[in-house]
Amino acid sequence: MTLSASLSATDITLRLRRTTILDQVDFTADPGEVTAIVGPNGSGKTTLLRVLTGEIAGQMAPGGQVRMGGLDVVDADPWVLARRRAVLAQQTALSFPFTVLEVVRLGAEGPGGAARALAALARVDLAHYGGRLYQELSGGEQQRVQLARVLAQLDEPVGPHGPRWLFLDEPVSALDIAHQLQVMEIAADFARRGGGVIAVMHDLNLTAMYARKVVLLQQGRCIGAGPTEEVLTDSLLSRAYGCDLRMGVAPGSGLFLLPQSAQIPHESSDLELRS
Amino acid sequence: MAAMTSAEGAPGAPSHARSDIGEVLHAGDRRQRARRLRLILVAVLLCCIAASLATGAAGTSLWAALWDGLRGQEVALSDRIVLWQIRLPRTLMGMGVGAALAVSGALMQGLFRNPLADPGIVGVSAGAGLGAIAAIVLGGLLPAALAVPLGIYTVPVAAFVGSWASTMLLYRVATRAGRTSVAVMLLAGIALGALTGAASGVLVYLADDNQLRDLTFWGMGSLAGATWTKVGAGMAIILPALIAAPFLARGLNALALGEAAAYHLGIRIQRVKNLAILAVAAATGAAVAMSGGIGFIGIVVPHLLRLASGPDHRDLLPNAALLGASLLLLADIISRVVIAPSELPIGIVTAILGGPFFLWILLRQRGVLDL
Repeated sequence: MTLSASLSATDITLRLRRTTILDQVDFTADPGEVTAIVGPNGSGKTTLLRVLTGEIAGQMAPGGQVRMGGLDVVDADPWVLARRRAVLAQQTALSFPFTVLEVVRLGAEGPGGAARALAALARVDLAHYGGRLYQELSGGEQQRVQLARVLAQLDEPVGPHGPRWLFLDEPVSALDIAHQLQVMEIAADFARRGGGVIAVMHDLNLTAMYARKVVLLQQGRCIGAGPTEEVLTDSLLSRAYGCDLRMGVAPGSGLFLLPQSAQIPHESSDLELRS
Repeated sequence: MAAMTSAEGAPGAPSHARSDIGEVLHAGDRRQRARRLRLILVAVLLCCIAASLATGAAGTSLWAALWDGLRGQEVALSDRIVLWQIRLPRTLMGMGVGAALAVSGALMQGLFRNPLADPGIVGVSAGAGLGAIAAIVLGGLLPAALAVPLGIYTVPVAAFVGSWASTMLLYRVATRAGRTSVAVMLLAGIALGALTGAASGVLVYLADDNQLRDLTFWGMGSLAGATWTKVGAGMAIILPALIAAPFLARGLNALALGEAAAYHLGIRIQRVKNLAILAVAAATGAAVAMSGGIGFIGIVVPHLLRLASGPDHRDLLPNAALLGASLLLLADIISRVVIAPSELPIGIVTAILGGPFFLWILLRQRGVLDL
């Protein structure tokens, strides 16, 4: 993988008033694989994603840099970025009664847009939902419609300027297990076809299954970034989440599994607790 | 479903698949319906224009005059004056004001991401009114260097400044981190309305007899005072706003997903918002300057159109201009006819028609609106 095709985040620090939300975060993600950002609640995962997508990149402390395949995200025009990356938010409220197809087409304009939108809807199993009103769908269905919109925006995983990037903020939290797997498969497929995927994840099992690389955050600091098996370790996870976690290997499939014990330790525990 | 997968390339019945895609497109994409609706709205507007030109206190008959003119006979001077100097400017003003109010309502709802936003309800019209009153009462105090070039535009420009300031203020107060709270928006609108009302009251108190007469005529909300000068001055401000509005449509569509999502889709949000505020202020300001306070057009028209053909601003904005123009002409015809030969102020007619409609919208949406 050439360096220019990667997404690199250098020295990302973000302060909101007096609070430091992100503290000198550094990592590199490569196209062709899924990179997961994990960490406990409030560790800065979503904020980091919002910096990477450019949304609040301008608020970074000086010195920070995000480069997406040679493109400086901080200075890039929104429409230039929109052709190179798409973003699925945790939840998206819609203020007017658009139909499902109209929502997906917000991401797919111009000639061929309709076909792209329909194909994207078919990818998330909602091909026949095009005429339904978005606001009448369940939360999980809405989330899949938004994923379709995001897929339709990017079209192919690799564009004329190199790999495109898919940013997912807890893409599966509202979904049942079958659709969790479906959405992760779609993300993995996007990566297999040459695109880059960066996903904020809560479910460490799904992370272990699908992510090749993991960025582990704790209180705004990156305490581990690298190949999944090097970051999802007992000691790093226990330190990040402040409870006793152990990784295991499922015989046969080779998948990591979690947890052996997930009790919140007592004060007398030898684990270092961070509030 | 099965047909959909075959459309993706698997062997199957392609013709069947295509018809299925057509059905889904038909069900989910309402743009065709919106375009057909636009043709109907154009026809309706033409009818309203004809009716407006044909209706009035004088016995002049539009059709007789047209027929005479077509046959090459001379049209009576009084008829020509009635049609050319009274009814035609009045009709144009009605169209301009109606289109401006409906489009600024639609723009404002898109900007605030809220179907209840309306220049009349949230105090923007009141801000425009304050500007217009200030221009009428204090216009004489303007230095000649400013007063002379402004000329006939003084009142509409002042109203534009007033509505722009109140829209900006309202947006700043009601929107935090890209989210507009309905409750804060409506309450801020009430406060803004009270403030501008008080300031307007002080100005009215300061006004002399002549100015009071002007103010009274203006404040009743009527198209009766239409002259070519007034129409020209108002239209010079309204038309650019109407023409600019459709260019904001894509941005407003994306904004319906929220500011972050709109940014991710490649929209320059700040620019769209600034332009939308400017267009709302121009359209509302000029409309208020021309005809005083006319309420409810800005909320009724976009709502009806969303019910009929969906919320896509690319269709909503032009259709709102057409339907707003028609509705205002209709209201004006009613105001001229019901107590003929006197006239009911048109603001009363739109309030009688629009008030219950607004309540109906509230009833329908109170479950959805998180007030």
